[in-house]
Amino acid sequence: MKKSVILGVATIAGLAAGAAVAGTVDDVKARGKLNCGVTTGLVGFAAPDANGEWQGFDVSVCRAVAAAVLGDANAVEFVPTTGKTRFTALASGEIDMLARNTTWTFSRDVDLKFEFTGVNYYDGQGFMVPKALGVSSAKELDGATVCIQTGTTTELNLADFFRSNNISYEPVPIETNAEAQQQYLAGACDVYTTDASGLAATRATFENPGDHVLLPEIISKEPLGPLVRHGDHEWGDVVRWTLNALIAAEELGVTSANIEEMSAGTDNPEVNRLLGSEGTLGEMLGLDATWAQRAIKSGGNYGEIFAKNIGEETPIGLARGLNAQWTDGGLLYAPPFR
Amino acid sequence: MSDVSFVRTEMLPEQAPPASEVGAIGWIKHNLFSSWFNSILTLVSLYAIYYVLSGILPWIFQSVWNADSLNQCREIMLENWGSTHGHACWAVINDRWLQLLFGFYPSHLYWRPILALILLLVALAPVLYSDRVPTKMLIFSAIYPFLMVWLMWGGTIWGPVSAALGFVVGWGAYTLLSKQLSELIGLIGAAVAAVIWWLVISGYFTGAMDSILPIGIEAVESRQFGGFMLAILLGVVAIGVSLPIGIVLALGRQSDLLIVKYMCVGFIEFIRGVPLITLLFVASLLLNLFLPPGTNFDIILRVMIMMTLFSAAYMAEVIRGGLAALPRGQYEGADSLGLNYWQAQRLIIMPQALKISIPGIVSTFIGIFKDTTLVSIIGLFDVIGLASAIRADTAWNGIYWELFAFIAALFFVVCFSMSRYSMYLERKLQTGHR
Repeated sequence: MKKSVILGVATIAGLAAGAAVAGTVDDVKARGKLNCGVTTGLVGFAAPDANGEWQGFDVSVCRAVAAAVLGDANAVEFVPTTGKTRFTALASGEIDMLARNTTWTFSRDVDLKFEFTGVNYYDGQGFMVPKALGVSSAKELDGATVCIQTGTTTELNLADFFRSNNISYEPVPIETNAEAQQQYLAGACDVYTTDASGLAATRATFENPGDHVLLPEIISKEPLGPLVRHGDHEWGDVVRWTLNALIAAEELGVTSANIEEMSAGTDNPEVNRLLGSEGTLGEMLGLDATWAQRAIKSGGNYGEIFAKNIGEETPIGLARGLNAQWTDGGLLYAPPFR
Repeated sequence: MSDVSFVRTEMLPEQAPPASEVGAIGWIKHNLFSSWFNSILTLVSLYAIYYVLSGILPWIFQSVWNADSLNQCREIMLENWGSTHGHACWAVINDRWLQLLFGFYPSHLYWRPILALILLLVALAPVLYSDRVPTKMLIFSAIYPFLMVWLMWGGTIWGPVSAALGFVVGWGAYTLLSKQLSELIGLIGAAVAAVIWWLVISGYFTGAMDSILPIGIEAVESRQFGGFMLAILLGVVAIGVSLPIGIVLALGRQSDLLIVKYMCVGFIEFIRGVPLITLLFVASLLLNLFLPPGTNFDIILRVMIMMTLFSAAYMAEVIRGGLAALPRGQYEGADSLGLNYWQAQRLIIMPQALKISIPGIVSTFIGIFKDTTLVSIIGLFDVIGLASAIRADTAWNGIYWELFAFIAALFFVVCFSMSRYSMYLERKLQTGHR
C-alpha cells in the first residue's frame, strides 16, 4: 500500500516533470526570457564587461537563440555555471540551454541524457613552452614538469599521450587557468597544457608573448557546442538550426551589413528560404518567418562573431583553422536549408 | 676636635637622568640593543622589514591608476619606470571597483544597498552600544530586517509587511493560548499559526493589499546581487540569525527533555561534521533535482539558510562552552530566588555565559563572514567570483595580485572592526574578578 503511494507520487512527479520539460519553446516564450548557462568567465568565450553586460563567443550563441525565439537579443538571463554545476543546472531545468564551451563526448550525450545541438568551436588540447627551452615537438618533452588543471579531460588526454609515446612527465596540479598562468610564468613548470584556444588567450596576456611557443601537436579532439536536455526535440531543433543558420549565413555571404537588403529577396533561393522571404521554414520550427534574420542580426554571421570575439584582430588572435567553412578547408558544414 | 663632618648636610640638586637612559635613545637601548644577541636580532629584523617594504611600497605607490587594459598599464610602466615588474596596475580596480562592490546590481539603484548599510549601522547601534543609545531605538532594530529585504530586493512593500505580520499572528496566538491553556501549548500554537500565515494566507494578503494600495519600488533579481555587497548580505544574515538559533541549540543540548536534547545534539553534530562547501553544493545542486522543475526557490535564500545553519551549529558549541564555564552556584542561586527556567536564563545565566563566550562568538562571526567567499564555487558572483570574471575580460586577462589585494583590504577592514569591537565589549563588561 505504502509502496504504491510512493510510486504514484513518483509517477505524478515524473509526469509533471515531463510536461514541464516538453515545451521549452513555450516556456521561454511565456517567460519572455531565455535562461542560458555560460561559464563564470573564460576569455573570449564569455565574460561580463564593466557594465555587467555579457560578451563573448558562447554568449553570442545565446543571444542568437533569444533573438530567433523572442525577437530580442537582450532577452537572455545569463546563468553563470562552473564545471561542477553546469550539468545539474541544465538537467534540473534551471537553464534552457548550456553554451559553456562543453566538449561533446559520448557519455555526456548518451549517459547524462543531453543533446548536443552542433559544434560552434573545434578545439583540441595543445602545449605551450618557453622558447628558451628549445623544444619544437611535444615528443621531446621527456621528463618535463607539466602544469595541468585537475579533474578535466585534459588530464586524461595528457596521460594517454605520454604513455603512448613512451615518455615520462611530472604533473603540477593546478585549480584554475589564472593560477596556471602565474605558476607557468614563475617557472613552476616547463609546459602548460590546456585547450589550444585557452593557450592562445593565455599567451596573449603575457608581457612578451614572443618568448613562448605553442607546440604543433594537438593531442585531443574537443568539439565544443551548445547543448539542451534530452527529450524536447522541438527545442533542440530551434537551438540546432539557429546555430546552423549562423554558419550557413557565412557560407551564403549573408552578413549583418547586407542582411536588410538580402531579406527583401535575392536570386539565391536558399538565401530566400533562410531569411524567410520564401518557403515556410520558420513555421516548421514553430517560429515566425524571420527567425533566422533576427538571429543573424543579433551579432552577425558565424564568421563575424568569430572575428569580433576571438579572431585574429582581437588580442586572443585565433586563426580560423578547423573552424573555417568547409569550402575553405575547415569543418563547418551546415546542412541545407530546404 | 676638628669641625669636619662626613655627613653631607645639604641636598645635591636633582640631576637630569643620563641621556642614554631616557627618551628615544633610552628606549632603543633597553628594548633593541640590550645585549649583543638582541642587537644582532634587531639588525636582522630591520633588514627583513626593509627588504619587504622596499618591494611592497613601490609596488603599491609607484603604480598606474588610469589605463584601459593590462597592456596599456604595462606600456605606461615601461615609459615611467623602465620596467613592468614591481608596479601595481590599479587601473583594473579603478575600472571595476563599482562592480566589485555591487556586482550586477543596477547602477541607478546603488543608493538602496548603501542606504540599507547605513540603516544597518543605525539598527545595530542600540544592540552594540546599549549604554549610549536610547533603548527605544530597538523598535527600529526589530523593523530593520524587513526593511532591509524590501530595500535590497525591491518590489511591493506588502511582501515584507506580510512576513512581519506572521510574527504578530504568532505572538497573538501565544498570548491567547498560553493564558487559557499552558505555556507549551501557547508556544506550539504560535509556531503553527505563524507557519499557516506564511505558507497559506500571506500570498493572498500580499496580492490583495497590492491591488488595493500598490506601494512598491523597482524589483531587483537575486541573480544581479554580487560583489562585496553579497558577502556583507550573507554575512549579516548568517551572523544575525545564527546567534539566537545558536543560543536555543546550546540550551536544548543541555535540556532534560530527551527528544529536544537529542534533536539538538543530532543537528549540531551533523552540521559540524560536514564541510560548508558540501552544504552549499546541496543548496545549489541537490535541491534543484529534488524540487519539481520550475520551482523558483531563490538561490541566495538557499545559500543564506545553509550558511545560517552552519554558523548556528558552531555558535551553539561556543555558547555551550560559556554555559559550562559558569559555576554550579549560579544555577542554584537562580533556583533559590524562585526564578523559573526562562527567567533564570534571561537574568542570571545568559548574561554571564555570553560574556564569557564573546571572543569565541566573534571568531565564529569573522569565520563565517570570510566563508561567504565560498559561494563563488557554486557560480555566484561574490568578490572572488567577480575577480575571475574580470580576469576573463580580454582587457584584464593576466592580472592577478591587484584584485586579490583589493579584496583582502575590503575583508580586513570589516574583520578588524569586528575584532576591535569585541575587545571594547570585553573591557566594558569587565567586572573585575581577575
